[in-house]
Amino acid sequence: MATVVESALPGPELAKAAPNPAKIARRGLLGGLVGAFVIAIGMFQTFDGRILIVPVLSLGFVALYWVPVLFGFLASSDLRAPSDPGGRPSVAQVAVGASTGALAGAAVWLFGLIFSTGSLSDIFIRLTERASELLTFGRGFGFALIVLVGGWALLGAIGGALAGASPRLRHALVGAVVWTFGAAVLELVVEDVLDEVGLSFVSRFLYEINGGMKIPGAIVVMVLAGLASWAFRGGFSRARTRIRNLEGPARRKYGLIGGAGALVVIVVLPMLLGSLVNELLANVALFLLMGLGLNIVIGYAGLLDLGYVAFFAVGAYTTAILTSPISPRFAPMLTLDFTTIDGWIIFGTVLLAATLAGILIGTPVIRMRGDYLAIVTLGFGEIVRILFLSDWLAPTFGGAQGVRQIPPAELGLVGVEIAGINPQSIVYFVAVFVVIAVYVSYRLSKSRLGRAWSALREDESVAEAMGIDTVKVKLLAFVIGAILASFAGMVFAVKVGSVFPNSFALLVSIIVLVVVIVGGMGNIPGVAVGALVLIGVLGGPTQPGVLQEFQEFKLLIYGALLVFMMLKRPEGLLPSVRRSRELHQDEFLQDAWLDPADATESDEDRA
Amino acid sequence: MTSMLSISQLAKKFGGLQALGGIDFQVDEGEIVSVIGPNGAGKTTFFNAISGMLPSTGSSDHRPVPDTGSIVFRGNDITSLPPSDITKLGIARTFQNVRLFPNMTVLENAMVAQHCRTSKGVWATIFQTPSFRREEESIERRAKEVLDFFGTRLAGYRHEQPAFMLSYANRRRLEIARAIATDPALVLLDEPTAGMNPKETLELTGLITRMRDELGLTVVLIEHAMPVVRDVSDRVVVLDHGVQIAEGSYEDVSTNEDVIEAYLGRDAEATS
Ligand SMILES: Nc1ncnc2c1ncn2[C@@H]1O[C@H](COP(=O)(O)OP(=O)(O)OP(=O)(O)O)[C@@H](O)[C@H]1O
Ligand SMILES: [Mg+2]
Repeated sequence: MATVVESALPGPELAKAAPNPAKIARRGLLGGLVGAFVIAIGMFQTFDGRILIVPVLSLGFVALYWVPVLFGFLASSDLRAPSDPGGRPSVAQVAVGASTGALAGAAVWLFGLIFSTGSLSDIFIRLTERASELLTFGRGFGFALIVLVGGWALLGAIGGALAGASPRLRHALVGAVVWTFGAAVLELVVEDVLDEVGLSFVSRFLYEINGGMKIPGAIVVMVLAGLASWAFRGGFSRARTRIRNLEGPARRKYGLIGGAGALVVIVVLPMLLGSLVNELLANVALFLLMGLGLNIVIGYAGLLDLGYVAFFAVGAYTTAILTSPISPRFAPMLTLDFTTIDGWIIFGTVLLAATLAGILIGTPVIRMRGDYLAIVTLGFGEIVRILFLSDWLAPTFGGAQGVRQIPPAELGLVGVEIAGINPQSIVYFVAVFVVIAVYVSYRLSKSRLGRAWSALREDESVAEAMGIDTVKVKLLAFVIGAILASFAGMVFAVKVGSVFPNSFALLVSIIVLVVVIVGGMGNIPGVAVGALVLIGVLGGPTQPGVLQEFQEFKLLIYGALLVFMMLKRPEGLLPSVRRSRELHQDEFLQDAWLDPADATESDEDRA
Repeated sequence: MTSMLSISQLAKKFGGLQALGGIDFQVDEGEIVSVIGPNGAGKTTFFNAISGMLPSTGSSDHRPVPDTGSIVFRGNDITSLPPSDITKLGIARTFQNVRLFPNMTVLENAMVAQHCRTSKGVWATIFQTPSFRREEESIERRAKEVLDFFGTRLAGYRHEQPAFMLSYANRRRLEIARAIATDPALVLLDEPTAGMNPKETLELTGLITRMRDELGLTVVLIEHAMPVVRDVSDRVVVLDHGVQIAEGSYEDVSTNEDVIEAYLGRDAEATS
């Protein structure tokens, strides 16, 4: 094969790195390892139950067969000189991709052969007969060798070719696949929306009644998505940069249009969705609300708070105690009715409790910096949960039993009841608080306080030397974050109808943090995207997402996603301008240096 | 008339090293005083002590304070106040190793410095009260005014540039602008011309004089460039090994035996 590779390198392409067998072997084996891992933890087998395209493709196969494509792509990217814009994939690239894929396939095959003897099933209980049957298509390992080596070589070659393709073509192909995959995975949502708006013939065309896409539907989506990606390549990010670079009133106009559009979506969307999807949306909105609060604490003020769930719990328990008829010690049985004084008393109490909790937890920890703050807040988060669980406070908070029978919230005059059994009402309920949170975040970010937070995040000692009372300013961020979380807690109590200490585990803090990080710290739309992608698709700590099959692998995927983001895109999916500056300062500087028009020029020439 | 800033017997020890060994120091309203001395003489530590920013020395989590001595500014004892309170009373400073808020824009750097002169809080911000809007406008106006003090250097399109994009000299200027924006009476400049070329140094010399003449500020600066010291100072104070070894006009000090020896002696040590 080496001869093929060498002869495929004509003169001018010598600038490209030559294929390196050791590297290919490493990539191939790594791919094999990832594939074996996917099988060993049972993803392949479990996801096989979810048919994406009837009858040819299940989620299980996607979960396994992306491996050769990706690793072929990576191996072949090594060959491209950084300056090479890409055009036509070279034979070398395709060959490298194919050999990587074949190697990975062979490794997976070998793994299959080993576990089919049953020798590994003590450790990996998912490695059952069924697993080997799926892997071999029920036709024995001879056949599997052909598929895994030959088929994976082909997939690897595709990945390799993709790496050499022109960016535009690559974009179109990836777009086609991603959109089709999305349409198949989000069947529940898409079908729901299409049916509600009277386009059920479209959903009949796209999906089987029993779930899964029809082949013609999949092809149409793929072609349309591919064409659209081809046509609009980079259009979105170009538009975004253009809007970002606008000044003053023009920028404001776009901001207003965007805000109005978002409001319309918030009002209209829940009407278009069935209760199942509305339930998902309610969870997304709930975590979005918490994400927005945490974004103020960590994204704006730079305080890494890992005990954020404590305030969520305070809001939920306060609501529970005030409204539940069977709250242990104290049952005033107020109704959370915002058209009467009762509702506002509860609201005010929640606000007050959150403020007090924020000050109480904040004051001792706020003087610490960085990692210390993270660890101590983490401790406080657990302390709060354990207090609610404790026998000592059980007479008030019910201990492990929690507080149950929390009645629905109401708008008595209008005759609207907001309860968990009607997820649509919950969506609207949270949406109100989300809108408030967005507005507050936006206003604060462009104010005296917002600037003080930025300064604090960049250099705390200097901020203090510039006259900023750091303790006070930090505490404010902490308390505002606490209040927003307590609102989420209030909604949560109404939604679920009962609160238990277990609902407020550390995991909640971590997932909210991941939402903020993956979405884009310091950026409001970023947090929204993070909540949508993570909570909507994967699901919250106890709440299922669209991919209910992911339930048991959720934390794994969360972790993998977090690692991936930290490596490849630490600023998040939709970063704030400032944060990407912080992370890419050197690149900015280099660019500025190359472009003398707005640069770090010496001042001589302007003097 | 009592002095604006009067320091007596200020001492600070780092481990075994006497960084400040009992300094007495006065500044009168409207003076420009230079503090000079060889490297490691304790000049920056002296500034840190005045601005409440002594580096913490390990174990204790309390803010470090001078070992002995007192610092009185306009009748207030500021010896152990936190930096933000000291700034509020009217002392601003710059840093030897420029410390801007690099990812904030030039304008924001100048705006954030007015924090302690302004007051609008969360509620005013959320409800966008008229007084909040007025305050924001005045903060921005004042920031631009301060930046305009540097001519075209920090004006126009530079307002919206993040601070890290500025040239080195401009970063130094912005740091001075930020200090001025805190609305101080006394400004401490730590080696304001370090790293500047001769032309930029000359320009800054003029600027320091203008700070006093046009803005009515009192200035204390640490400086190694002798031409600057000569041109701006009403008075020069020389430190060595944490103690004051000479004081007087530039001419007095530059011919003082002790001073010459301090500089040469240190050089001789360094070369040996
Ligand atoms: N945080 C610290 N811990 C221990 N020693 C320190 C610390 N900061 C300064 N020193 C020591 O104190 C002495 C005075 O330092 P200082 O920075 O004040 O000198 P300087 O006069 O500003 O010198 P330069 O001209 O180089 O800026 C030096 O010997 C220095 O090593
Ligand atoms: Mg110094």
